[in-house]
Amino acid sequence: MRKPAKLTAIAASFAAVLAVSLVPVSSMAEGAKETIAMGKKVAYDRKLGNCLACHMMDDGVSPGDLGPPLVAMKTRFPDPAKLRAQLEDPMAANANTMMPPFGKHNILTDDQLDAVIEYLYTL
Amino acid sequence: MKKTVVAIAILCVVGLSSTVVAKNAADTTPAQDIETYRSYFTKKFPGVPLQEFSNGVYAIDKVSRDSWEAIEEFPPYEPFIEEGEELWNTPFANGKGYADCFKDGPAQRKNYPHWDAKRKMVVTLPLAINECREANGEKPLKWKVGAIASLLAYMGYESRGQTTNVVIPEGDADALAAYNEGKSQYFSRRGQLNFACASCHMQSSGMHVRTDILSPGLGHTTGWPVYRSKWGNLGTLHRRFGGCNKQVRAKPFKAQSKEYRNLEYFLTHMSNGIEFNGPSARK
Repeated sequence: MRKPAKLTAIAASFAAVLAVSLVPVSSMAEGAKETIAMGKKVAYDRKLGNCLACHMMDDGVSPGDLGPPLVAMKTRFPDPAKLRAQLEDPMAANANTMMPPFGKHNILTDDQLDAVIEYLYTL
Repeated sequence: MKKTVVAIAILCVVGLSSTVVAKNAADTTPAQDIETYRSYFTKKFPGVPLQEFSNGVYAIDKVSRDSWEAIEEFPPYEPFIEEGEELWNTPFANGKGYADCFKDGPAQRKNYPHWDAKRKMVVTLPLAINECREANGEKPLKWKVGAIASLLAYMGYESRGQTTNVVIPEGDADALAAYNEGKSQYFSRRGQLNFACASCHMQSSGMHVRTDILSPGLGHTTGWPVYRSKWGNLGTLHRRFGGCNKQVRAKPFKAQSKEYRNLEYFLTHMSNGIEFNGPSARK
């Protein structure tokens, strides 16, 4: 009676170790997908990113034309820090830009900015 | 010629960079500013005659213009003109009326806004209406909608065809300071979204925000009061100023505040030479 119990405990702990080692792997793929989905949601939301007000992008309907189309983002911004800076405070690179300072003026949170950047790199 | 080029260069810098504004607002004269502002739009929209700019976005976009012309066949502001005429003709409790304040009748658009040298302030038409009421023991009207908008519709209709001619009196430093304050207000970025009036209505005029076309700033003051489909109502210029400030997520100033009166002074001066055509209908 005692032996099987011990065995069960051992098996359970093995399973636990196995589970712990497996979880990060599968959730990383899941997590990236979720981040990209959240980024798209933030980008499209009229009260958050509202990118479509000015940019043609992805499957967005009735985009504006004040800014350039958001395509080939990896080619245009090989350095993620540059893309981040463009979202944080676009006037630093171009004093005449109309693009709002999404970071500097706290229009988006850090997490939202991260997610939008992940999403932008899929375009 | 050289002066004009310098003026254009300075206004461009002022227009496009908020930090330079406060320092540079006084660097060009009102007359130079008109020249710069007007030619910016006539070059940006070649083929649009100066007078057409009184029609806002409908001066530059054929599709919007077609539906606007259809709306103008049964103008939504018409009942307000009738209501305004009734208000104009209804005596105050003391037996007097608006005609006792505005001696030469309801066609007053050409006289406003103007600089009042004694009081050292810009006087707008809505302000003059309420001061008339108060001088006769009546309560002032609300600034943005309702009876005041109807009165303005009637007075505007009677003033149609008058030409904008806002004077910044030569040698009056206070008048010039008020004008320059309005100019700074126009070119300064504000709000969480960081837009100046000039960002949308000068720099990006004619471009699309989603499906909306940004109207050119030239002529922006001629058509008031405006029946806006979005409001489903007739509203005053300062109501729209407040709405624009809210849209860029800035705290709006109060209607008829010094800030908005000075802004109206500058902006109306920019449309000198263009005919008043209010009331009008807008999307």
